Amino acid sequence: MNELAQVIGKNGLIVAFLVVGILTWLCDLFSKKILNARIPGSAIAIFLALVFGYLGGVWAGGEKGLADLPLLQGLSLLGGSMFRDFAIVATAIGASFVLIRKSGLLGLISLILGIGIFFFSGVALGWVMGYRDVISLCTIGAGACTYIVGPVTGGALGASSEVIALSIGTGVVKTIAVTILTPIFAKTIALDNPGAAMAFGGIMGTSSGVAAGLAATDPKLVPYGAVTATFYTGLGCLLCPSLFYLLLKMLLE
Amino acid sequence: MIKGLAVLSFSFILGMWCGQLLGAWLAINTNVGGVGFAMIFLLLSKEFLSKKGWWNGELEFGIEFWNKLYIPVVIAMAASLDVKSALSSGWLAILAGIIPVLLAFWVFKILMKNLNPARQ
Repeated sequence: MNELAQVIGKNGLIVAFLVVGILTWLCDLFSKKILNARIPGSAIAIFLALVFGYLGGVWAGGEKGLADLPLLQGLSLLGGSMFRDFAIVATAIGASFVLIRKSGLLGLISLILGIGIFFFSGVALGWVMGYRDVISLCTIGAGACTYIVGPVTGGALGASSEVIALSIGTGVVKTIAVTILTPIFAKTIALDNPGAAMAFGGIMGTSSGVAAGLAATDPKLVPYGAVTATFYTGLGCLLCPSLFYLLLKMLLE
Repeated sequence: MIKGLAVLSFSFILGMWCGQLLGAWLAINTNVGGVGFAMIFLLLSKEFLSKKGWWNGELEFGIEFWNKLYIPVVIAMAASLDVKSALSSGWLAILAGIIPVLLAFWVFKILMKNLNPARQ
């Protein structure tokens, strides 16, 4: 057994391929045989992965979910930002330049609209829950955008570490919510074509949530959602600690 | 196969570089749209190579492989997120993580009703 543990420890990435492969296989079977393919296997697999991420956090007590278990640390390499971004770029091979250009304006409108919605509703909720100072409210609103915009904004404004942690938590909950809710609502909100996916990526923003949610809805839409979502975090980091902070300051002081 | 992978890597590095430069130029020290730029470079490379007649199935396979690997990567990412502390860092994190998302779904629905690109 000791030898096996050594092999697993040395080959984390390969173990991750094996684990994800088995999980996908089982979820596909479950989807086909039991659910008559009403929910795609990939959606079940992503949801189960989140559950495992939670359990991993409970068992190992770290902050990388299941990847904190020594035997499964390869998961954080396979699911890390390098492979994630690389694979997202590869999905563009199925996208069409013409469509991206055609939906460009709608994408831009939705980006600005999206950052505004998340920031100000985040601020409003922070206010309702008792936060009153502009810096904390601004950081919480930024966290409602994504878990990167939150700490960047909090850091720039000098927010307390408790508020920054809260903003990261908010952003992660958002990613999870978008991942789970996208395939559920896709039909009702007419999210079924490349243009709609571009607007969706702009409004929702969290690139991992949008990409995972669209992957579970229809993998063909992933590149379109990703192409706008990728600008969201950058634009959020630009607007939240500057323009939005000043606006908030004018409103509250 | 490796040629396709090289084309993909070339586009990726070039795109990320643009994103980083744009971030530095805006003085926010983060990557702005690197993935988006990389996708555009990949599409341009494909167009260029097709015109030259150098694009073939073998080359595309190297990129297609990563395209297919996308969902497994997302599954691994979901399993390595800090789900526990996201759910335990208090009600505010949960409410501020979910309510704006519902609101955004609603706004998206209205937006699509008014200017759905599929109907134009």
